Amino acid sequence: MQLSASNLSFGYPGHRVGHDLDLDFGPGEVLCLLGPNGCGKTTLFKTLLGLLPRQGGEIRIGADRLEALRREDIAKRIAYVPQAHDAVFPYSVSDMVLMGRTAHRGLFSSPRSEDRQRVDEALATLGIDDLAGRDYTRISGGQRQLALIARALVQDAPLIVMDEPTASLDFGNQVLVMQQVQRLAATGLGIVLSTHNPDHAFACGTTVLVLAEGTRKALGPPIQVLTGEMLSSIYGVAVSVETLANGSHVCSPQIDAH
Amino acid sequence: MGAATTGRLKTTVWLGLLAALVILLAFAAALIGPFAVSPGQVAQAIGRRLAGITDPASQQIDTVLFAVRLPRIAAALLVGAALSAAGAVYQGLFRNPLVSPDILGVSTGAGLGAVLGIFLSLPVVAIQGLAFVGGLATVALVYMVANAVRGHEPTLVLVLAGVVLGALAGACISLVKILADPYDQLPAITFWLLGSLASIRADDVWTAAPAVIIGLVPLVLLRWRVNLLSLGDDEAAALGVDPGRLRILLVAAATLMTASVVAISGVVGWVGLVIPHIARLVVGPNFDRLLPTAMLLGAAYMLVVDTLARTIAETETPLGVLTAFIGAPVFVWLLASGRRSW
Repeated sequence: MQLSASNLSFGYPGHRVGHDLDLDFGPGEVLCLLGPNGCGKTTLFKTLLGLLPRQGGEIRIGADRLEALRREDIAKRIAYVPQAHDAVFPYSVSDMVLMGRTAHRGLFSSPRSEDRQRVDEALATLGIDDLAGRDYTRISGGQRQLALIARALVQDAPLIVMDEPTASLDFGNQVLVMQQVQRLAATGLGIVLSTHNPDHAFACGTTVLVLAEGTRKALGPPIQVLTGEMLSSIYGVAVSVETLANGSHVCSPQIDAH
Repeated sequence: MGAATTGRLKTTVWLGLLAALVILLAFAAALIGPFAVSPGQVAQAIGRRLAGITDPASQQIDTVLFAVRLPRIAAALLVGAALSAAGAVYQGLFRNPLVSPDILGVSTGAGLGAVLGIFLSLPVVAIQGLAFVGGLATVALVYMVANAVRGHEPTLVLVLAGVVLGALAGACISLVKILADPYDQLPAITFWLLGSLASIRADDVWTAAPAVIIGLVPLVLLRWRVNLLSLGDDEAAALGVDPGRLRILLVAAATLMTASVVAISGVVGWVGLVIPHIARLVVGPNFDRLLPTAMLLGAAYMLVVDTLARTIAETETPLGVLTAFIGAPVFVWLLASGRRSW
């Protein structure tokens, strides 16, 4: 299934955040969204998910226009992983993940035992099966992020939107989450994520979309798009891109430059 | 798998024990009072009633049981269960463990409606209707004010809006009290505002129960979705739930439950705040389990409090007084026990 937006304008009522945006992604792709703070990444995601009305242009998921789909049909096609948050109530991790099954059950029904089995499988896939009975409010930020990814997995949607999945995680957890993203894409899921770390785009992005002032600045494979020049112009600081001995690429900001 | 299964088993055991406790308490409450009745006599009286036999020698016992105590016991169970269920729903929907029918102003708003009904000498059904309209109007206003005032901590705004509109409804109640007939209506209004089941009749229970059950139906049917709404609108929507309509339906249902019991019991505070908390400590926040647990706990609690209200002193102690004396310290303890999450 393919998600495509054309000529998209988005924003909040009375306030346009972005405009004239085209994007397109599908199975096996990891589309990384890069851009400075306030460039409209979260607003764009909410618009793609149908949580905010688009202000112009068109969004299609598969063959259907987004507005033609009911909430549960959207949920079956595209899952959302929000930034790891503080829940108000201490749901167990397995209940939190179980909520991902809601779209597959009728309005009045609760999840069944096969849904619980799906939850156990998803937790095992992400290597957090030992957390099943723990309170979601009492696990670390990295564990919460993995639990939210597990919730998106049991939603059985071919596409996943992740809003800064590595924000506020420590270095180890960032690597862990990006590894999972790569594994999920390898199983055929289409993933779009936003990140503030260009290295993550190098590590697992198949495509990079650079967003600045609400519109597309560049689109393409990471190695082509993320040049030192481009990164310097997005973030307003001097950055160079280095190639390591193993062939991978890293960004090197010039902190001591005068 | 293991954790989830044992969790559900634990809940089933809990619910069974609680249900047994409620039945036991109801039976005990039937025995207690100025007119002593033995357990055997209660069993015989119930047997006679079921068999349709009238025994002139036991008429006094029958009157005490069926006209006075049992309606009152039923009313206490109904009020406790309804207020606790409503409190649990409000806390989930407003994503805030501190809201309750009292704090959102629902109780006072429903109170204003009912006081107007008493003032106009309307029948119980009409008082219930006015209580419902008053309660729903208040919660709608609170929600609108909280939505309009953006840029502050939303929880704080919601609670403050409830307090402010509750105070406004309280002022209107005072106004009605001044205008009310001081010999006939005023004592009824005053006693009613403190909450009491002293003058309950079987008819009152039969009028309130259907409304409570109608309010309960959406809560039971949509119980799983209440969990999703407690995550916030965006997340609920992304998981396939239409938050707007669902929220309105559930708020209306919880308000109907609150208003219909407030119409027969008067304003009984604290129950809808404290009982869902305790239930959550016992079985966790999953509304699937929270709803029945809170209802059974609330029913048991209200029955104990009402039995105390009619026995600890020569005159009836108002329910609202007792629930405040018990509820306030418990709530302070809950706050101070320092659980970062609820």
